[in-house]
Amino acid sequence: MNRKQKNLLLRILTAAIFFVPLYLISEGIVASRLPKWALLTLFLIPYLLVGYDILKKALLGIKNGKVFDEYFLMTVATAAAIVLGEYGEGVAVMLLYQVGELFQSCAVGKSRRNIAQLMDIRPDYANVERDGALVRVDPSEVETGSVIVVRPGEKIPLDGVVIEGNSGIDTAALTGESIPRQAEADSPVLSGTVNMTGLLRIRTTAEFEESTASKILDLVENAASRKSKSENFISKFARYYTPVVCCAALALAVLPPLFCAATGLGTEHYATAGALWGDWVLRACTFLVISCPCALVISIPLSFFAGLGGASSQGILIKGSNYLETLSQVKTVAFDKTGTVTKGNFAVKTVHKSPLPPEKLLEYAAHAESNSSHPIARSVRDAYGRETDGNRVTEMQEIGGHGVTAKIGGRAVAVGNEKLMQKLGIGHEGCFHAGTVLHVAIDGEYCGHIVIADQLKDTAKQAIAALRRAGVDKLVMLTGDAEAAAKQVAADVGITDYRAGLLPADKVACVEELLCGCGRRRKLAFVGDGINDAPVLSRADVGIAMGALGSDAAIEAADVVLMDDDPLKIAKAIRIARKCLRVVKENIGFALGVKLLCLLLAALGLANMWIAIAADVGVMILAVLNAIRCLFVKTL
Amino acid sequence: MKKSYKIDVDCANCANLMEDAAKKTAGVKDCIVSFMTLKMKVEFEEGADEGAVMQAVRANCKKVESDCEIYL
Repeated sequence: MNRKQKNLLLRILTAAIFFVPLYLISEGIVASRLPKWALLTLFLIPYLLVGYDILKKALLGIKNGKVFDEYFLMTVATAAAIVLGEYGEGVAVMLLYQVGELFQSCAVGKSRRNIAQLMDIRPDYANVERDGALVRVDPSEVETGSVIVVRPGEKIPLDGVVIEGNSGIDTAALTGESIPRQAEADSPVLSGTVNMTGLLRIRTTAEFEESTASKILDLVENAASRKSKSENFISKFARYYTPVVCCAALALAVLPPLFCAATGLGTEHYATAGALWGDWVLRACTFLVISCPCALVISIPLSFFAGLGGASSQGILIKGSNYLETLSQVKTVAFDKTGTVTKGNFAVKTVHKSPLPPEKLLEYAAHAESNSSHPIARSVRDAYGRETDGNRVTEMQEIGGHGVTAKIGGRAVAVGNEKLMQKLGIGHEGCFHAGTVLHVAIDGEYCGHIVIADQLKDTAKQAIAALRRAGVDKLVMLTGDAEAAAKQVAADVGITDYRAGLLPADKVACVEELLCGCGRRRKLAFVGDGINDAPVLSRADVGIAMGALGSDAAIEAADVVLMDDDPLKIAKAIRIARKCLRVVKENIGFALGVKLLCLLLAALGLANMWIAIAADVGVMILAVLNAIRCLFVKTL
Repeated sequence: MKKSYKIDVDCANCANLMEDAAKKTAGVKDCIVSFMTLKMKVEFEEGADEGAVMQAVRANCKKVESDCEIYL
């Protein structure tokens, strides 16, 4: 609790201590011979103590031309109740209203601090080496190319490359991923992550303004500027609602008694004309208390705020609550292949037609390719998994565009494409698999082939299934790759709809065509890795960029940024959005429902002030608690 | 010309109200209030006197939400 909240709590407690005995006296439960004026004066002590700021705000509102706000409602209702002699009710309403305010303020403050803490990636200082000594400086003063030292437990202040040291890096603040990443010499590291175990010396590669932490903070801070339709609806609603309610209350206070007085109907229930008026004015006050729109006005923006915060704690940055809304209506997802469902790097997929065990074939191929820097050679060596022994390899010869021949342990090994096999006159078999095929021959005998292809991401298949479960009914893969490769990947992840051989401009056309098939409540999301995707990302209803850490173009162009490259996060983002919008709808429905019911009861004279304030504060507390639920998305 | 100011406000909706009020102030081209980080980013119009504009922004914000504060 901050100072303001403590102050309010103290006022509420003091006022309550005054209020309880006075209330017992006024209800006749405790006998006393206090005259009425003395009781009123005594009641005014807790009333003013707990409610003076509300009265002040109501007056200020009138002065500033913003007459009909919730403070005005409360002031009029409680003052009228007191004037009518219902001292207890008047003071109780003010007291409970403030209890609600205090609760709301504490709950909101706490969730705000929670989110802010999660997003606390701003580094405070950087340790720079100057003349052999470490100097602590502001990160914005460090020039690109400087060497900084980051001790265990410190935040990495600037993007850079490790030049010395070995450590685990906690990237949770950026990616929501709790398993630390390993960093050693030559590993790139990002600002905003935390060095956990060892001392690192880092050469910076960006200035502070250009580093990841600054860019993400910018994104988070600017997210507030794009309001959702629901929020705009609520602020418009509040603008008309309160005046309308005030007029309705006025009508309720004046018209029925006038009608009764004029026609004589119903007057027999009241002893005097004063009692008749008093009853209806009191009903009008009850009506005013119930109609206070706080629950809606406070909980709707809070829901979106919590939703955005919860998402960013999972490494999903959403650039505004309007996108959260759009995301919740996504029914069609179009996605890029490379970098989205596949890793974008080559790896050995399988070994075919080999009379030798696959490991043995890989061993020969890896040794033959041991001096090549070609990505395909690297993937073969990675698949082999062990260090190659250079002493075993002799007479190595690289034939450009064909492959490699070498003697390994005395045996003649040829590794390469079809052309190499033809050139050497070795019969070979084709492959039905999509990808690059590497034929291997040993001592002139064909020994099978190695298929090298882009790898599916580990979670790609699960991600597609998760999207289907999340209610996405149309999944389309768009790729610039060849038909065969696209077909293979589509089959592997379990989708039927794909378009292959697309140029970047064709992708835009494809998305536009898909958009035509989408209705108003059926939104289209495009997921890409941000490379060559910018036009498509901005054309779709909502553009999602993956693995955006370190890719500026993606952060710029996308509406939703997934910090790491796990495709499961796409479905998670949609589920978070759905949950948030569901909470918003629940709150609107619940608050309006309860209020309308109580308003009706009040107009009929069936609800008193106690019910009114319980409806107001109770609905607000429940709505706020419900809104905070949007924060809890970890297990979603 | 953009500047960032620290603010203090209690609820997400009040932050929205402050943003609207600040946007309507003369000399302010655009304004973003982030409730999460409790910051107000103001983009001034060309040639505007920041100090004077921010005083007006603060006054306007106080009108819509008397509990708010902008630390200038």
